[in-house]
Amino acid sequence: MSNPPDPALESAKHSPVRPPAPLPITINGKPYFHDGDPAMPLLWFLRDTLRLTGTKYACGVGGCGACTILLDGKAAQACMTPMSAAASHTITTIEGLETQALHPVQQAWIEQDVTLCGYCQAGQIMAAVDLLKRKSKPAEEDIAAIGNLCRCGSYPRIRLAIARAAELMQEKK
Amino acid sequence: MSVGIDRSRRRFLAISLTASGALLIGATRRVRADAGSDLSPEWIGDDLTEVSPFVRIERDNTIVIGARSCEVGQGVLTSQPMLIAEELDVDWSQVHVVQLPYGYVDTAAGSANRYGEQSEDGSATVAQAWRDLREAGASARWLLVQAAARDWNLGAQTLRTESGQVIAPDGRRLSYGALARSAALIDLPKHPIALKKPEQFHIIGTPTRSVDARNIVVGRSHFGIDEYAADALVAVIARCPHLGGTLDSFDDHETRRVAGVIDVIEISAAQPGSAFDGPLAAGVAVLGENTWAALQGRTKLAIQWKPGPWAKESSSALAGAANSLLDNSPDGVKVRSDGDYAKARRQARHFIEARYEMPFLAHATMEPPSALIEIRQDRARLVASLQDPDGASQLIAQLTGLARKNIEIRMPRGGGSFGRRLHNDYVAEAVLVAKAAGKPVKLMWTREDDLQHDFYRPFGVHAMAATLDRKKRVTGWSHRCAATPCNDGDARLKDRSIYSGCLDVDGFPGGLLANLDKTFFSIASGIPRGTWHAPLQTFHAFAVECFLDEIALATKQDALKLRLDLLGEPRQIAPSSHGGAMFDTGRLAHVLKIAAEKVGWGVARSDGHGIGIACHFAFGGYMAHAFDVSMQGRELLIHRALCVADVGRVVNPLGVEAQLMGGTIDAISTTLHLAITLKEGQVQQHNFPDYPLLRMAQAPRAVEVTMVASDAPPTGAGEMGTPSAAPALANAIYAATTVRVRKLPLMPQLMRML
Repeated sequence: MSNPPDPALESAKHSPVRPPAPLPITINGKPYFHDGDPAMPLLWFLRDTLRLTGTKYACGVGGCGACTILLDGKAAQACMTPMSAAASHTITTIEGLETQALHPVQQAWIEQDVTLCGYCQAGQIMAAVDLLKRKSKPAEEDIAAIGNLCRCGSYPRIRLAIARAAELMQEKK
Repeated sequence: MSVGIDRSRRRFLAISLTASGALLIGATRRVRADAGSDLSPEWIGDDLTEVSPFVRIERDNTIVIGARSCEVGQGVLTSQPMLIAEELDVDWSQVHVVQLPYGYVDTAAGSANRYGEQSEDGSATVAQAWRDLREAGASARWLLVQAAARDWNLGAQTLRTESGQVIAPDGRRLSYGALARSAALIDLPKHPIALKKPEQFHIIGTPTRSVDARNIVVGRSHFGIDEYAADALVAVIARCPHLGGTLDSFDDHETRRVAGVIDVIEISAAQPGSAFDGPLAAGVAVLGENTWAALQGRTKLAIQWKPGPWAKESSSALAGAANSLLDNSPDGVKVRSDGDYAKARRQARHFIEARYEMPFLAHATMEPPSALIEIRQDRARLVASLQDPDGASQLIAQLTGLARKNIEIRMPRGGGSFGRRLHNDYVAEAVLVAKAAGKPVKLMWTREDDLQHDFYRPFGVHAMAATLDRKKRVTGWSHRCAATPCNDGDARLKDRSIYSGCLDVDGFPGGLLANLDKTFFSIASGIPRGTWHAPLQTFHAFAVECFLDEIALATKQDALKLRLDLLGEPRQIAPSSHGGAMFDTGRLAHVLKIAAEKVGWGVARSDGHGIGIACHFAFGGYMAHAFDVSMQGRELLIHRALCVADVGRVVNPLGVEAQLMGGTIDAISTTLHLAITLKEGQVQQHNFPDYPLLRMAQAPRAVEVTMVASDAPPTGAGEMGTPSAAPALANAIYAATTVRVRKLPLMPQLMRML
């Protein structure tokens, strides 16, 4: 059985000591404020608050990469990034990757039909975008160093898609 | 040759016209139009018509095709509509695919599904759809042609179709959209409608990308976990970590202090034999305004658990029990007894034996279980990634007392299943919590919840023995398996034999040898077990196909020739136990030979590489794998991974290739690294760091998939890529190291033995 409400606890609930100052954050080019728990991982702010559900939960311990986003342009795990650390930074999620047209990585992903169940793919794409920013012509080892998990085993097609995306980005230049 | 429509199947088809003049070809009896609707809005648009459609043809010639099966990564959202589009004779680029909801309907004859079979079990999806979905497409086309014939006053037989148009001999054309209204007024004929000949196919057999690809790459594809409802609370459950344990007491003061926590609810354990399709752990649910609040609240619970009857259970004790049974027990369940194995044993010139130990495995779907449920006075609505919506519907009806027709179920895309979602335990939990809370609930599972409370692939030890004569021909075979059976505590499986899911009556070399014994020993265990990515097949094939290599080595024979000799002349062998597919030994030999040739079997190597092969027959499909590996220090390098499949006619080569690639990589991942272990009645693994799925750096660069051309009906490929990959890899590792690992996972053992 659950416990009866504790009167002291109830009053504490209704008169919080000091509400934390709202945290500013820019996501996909739009400004937001978070006025909840500063320890809340960015992942749950994206999903539960903003309903940007393209960023996925799969482990919560930074062990799989399904929640990979770009923080100031660099890959980061949203599940390991508390709002207090994300505040004042610029975040790009999978939903913000497409601007005028599909990002070359997204385009390559469709061309190579990478998706099986698709759940890890947003994180894989964000990790690939990060890699191609750092290395425009990644070696096999650079691609293999992406540690994002895919339970369906799409890895060979991810390799092909990243190589193809690198080509597409070269063509654009 | 044209294939006719079986008349008994015609009752599945319904034709109707929506208010805006769209033609609907459905999958059930003809139903009156305008009788109200429970169809999904995205399907019907503004037109509310009670039919159960697969095909909607708009007057602007938009072709909307409904996919009935649950998409969990096996590609049915693409492959099933391909079947309809083929017979309808439209261009794939004209087609817009939508996922159909669960199609429960009450009929005079009892409960039925307006779409046919929607619950996935085994690789049956494509095979089943091969008939009835093509019929749905062909029927729609027939009606459109009739409508055009009437319009032009021409014989229907003089007309042809192409790209969603009916074409007259003089070149006049009418689009399907223009014909939809009049076509809907025509009745289907009594005689069977001819289906296309294979040489007419222009969609079936064409590599086709996933219809969801664009939505997925932009983050807009909704999975079950992505569903929200405005007034739903997020629930997480602290479940008892002890197998069969119970809740003693808990203190939720600290939990209720957490901002955003709304309620705390106790969940009783549901034991075997209850309405559930497996045991539910005892637990305490924390309900919050959002996931983070609920999770924070859960960490603050102070819970005293009471270990149950399995408090002493451990993996080492299970292995001990299995080996003891195999060593000493004269009993066991006789699964198969052909000829006289004992006599073969007495007369044997060579006698080989070996034991293989397989651990429990978790499904670890990337999308953990979750369920959004709203229970109202007279209705309920479930949105979740499912594989068995039918089971979910029954479960919700039992738990709520609602009529099944008042339970709406939607199945968004699921982030993997591998058999996990055949259990609806998470649906049951969500219903229990929502009932207690009196509010809609979105139940979330964390990865820890998932790895700790799965329905695991059984643990078992296979004791293999073979007898050979002086010409080194196999004369007798004994396969004794001691395992934790699948169907303990699963009410749905109570009528199945105890060995089902662990030891295959018809598995290799069933039907190939005169003297064959198969015996099963059941080990009691408190851990929930279930189906896992071709459960029986992966469990069975590893022992059989590793053992064949060991026989070959012990008797100095070529492992390929030994297999081919056993398969013998091409012939059909009927299954002994059920009405399943015939086993064509020639087809299995064929894929094996291709794999061997492609990997360079028998070619002398001086580079330290090891080559391994294995083959397997299951679900009417034939599979062979070959690996080329070497060791670099303590690191295993997989140079080549080959998969040769004969899975009948391939509907979508791009999709089948993905399934076979994925299945092969799953086998590599589990064989090398994965195990769920027990200690003191608790699962020892918690998250990916201790259940290390394969990462890209460890995976082969490519899986070289070869699909053998076949006119046989498709068998599906979702489970076919896994069973023979594991033993082929183990055989290759032996060839590279001369170390035979008989206990999985392989890498920790190999590192110990090297």
